[in-house]
Amino acid sequence: MSAHNGIIIIFSLLVALMASIMPMPISADAFRPDWVLVVLLYWCLALPTKVNVITAWIMGFLLDVLLGSVLGLHAAAMALSVYIIAGNFQKIRNFSVWQQALIVGVISALYHLLVFWFQRFLTDVVFLPSYLYPVITTIILWPWAFLLLRKIRRHFKIK
Amino acid sequence: MNSFESVRGYLQSMVSPLQYLATTPKQAIDWAVENLVTRRQLIEENQGFKTNELLYQEQLMQLRMLKKENSRLRSLLASPVRADAKKMVAEILSVDSDPYSHQVVINRGANDGVFEGQAVIDDQGIVGQVLHVGTISSRILLITDVTHAVPVRISRNGIRLVANGTGTIDRLTHNHVPHSTDVKVGDELVTSGLGGKYPEGYPVAKVSAVKQDESHPFAQVQSEPVARINRLRYLLLLWPEQPTKIFSSKDDLAALEESNNVGT
Repeated sequence: MSAHNGIIIIFSLLVALMASIMPMPISADAFRPDWVLVVLLYWCLALPTKVNVITAWIMGFLLDVLLGSVLGLHAAAMALSVYIIAGNFQKIRNFSVWQQALIVGVISALYHLLVFWFQRFLTDVVFLPSYLYPVITTIILWPWAFLLLRKIRRHFKIK
Repeated sequence: MNSFESVRGYLQSMVSPLQYLATTPKQAIDWAVENLVTRRQLIEENQGFKTNELLYQEQLMQLRMLKKENSRLRSLLASPVRADAKKMVAEILSVDSDPYSHQVVINRGANDGVFEGQAVIDDQGIVGQVLHVGTISSRILLITDVTHAVPVRISRNGIRLVANGTGTIDRLTHNHVPHSTDVKVGDELVTSGLGGKYPEGYPVAKVSAVKQDESHPFAQVQSEPVARINRLRYLLLLWPEQPTKIFSSKDDLAALEESNNVGT
């Protein structure tokens, strides 16, 4: 039974990975929400024993390969962001969905800033406000992703 | 370092099914757009192609003649004779969603003979070079990426420059250009063939701004890529020409003429 449950989690993470590399019009591309981060944070809050910093690192590493960035860059940023949530999951669980959305927004901003800092360290990129646009869409996405993933978790009785 | 690159190649091949899956919706839409056109549109398009083909055929005749003349003259001057490069058409699988780098993924890989550092062009000019090779897909670094630079020369007077990417899709910069350099807005920049990555003579960019402010140590020159970097769909991979000897011999010329005859 547990193997079956694990497959659902992995499948949701793979869908999130696909959504984060799906081709989109350039105008909408800057607003692409952090699908992988949102899905990871949900599973991390719901089942901290199953999805943890190591899962986050692996997903970040896959994102690195998919995006062609320096290996370990997104992995480190993802692991650090998820670590903060994993450390406080009992507190954050009790918040309402909208409060959670704000916290997820802060985490998403941290994630993007971490990625920017690593990039800045490696190449001479300059900061543009558009790098933080995904934070807005991530905040909007969180309640819907939360409700959908909770429905999935209850339907398949993932524990 | 080389072994690490091969690891990266394996990783790239491992995730390429995901990339193929992620582009399926876009390909479905493209397919629908291509199939749902009216008869009239098709007829108009067809007529356009026919006129274009006629024009191109005329130019091709000229080109064939010029090519032969050129190779004959080059052999008279004892310069190496140029051979035609091998080419392959590739389609874009995905454009990078990462705002920090300009890369695209194409549907050709090591199975098709793609290699690292290979030059990639579209119908207008240079697009970039191959960065990582997987088995069935590979990743291309575009000329507008911050970490990329192309050696170019001005086709009008042959002055050599280096075109650096800026991370902006429509701008390249040229550093260390002396104030006295003869650069004008509208000058065409073509690859110089120096550096050995890109074959010589392909268009790269058009100079869009020249600021010769004496208070700066160098002139500030910017150019706009001629390849339509933000609307790429089909690309052409180039294989380098055969290594040429310093002096051409009569055998070279005979071989070239033979290949020309076979081609025609």
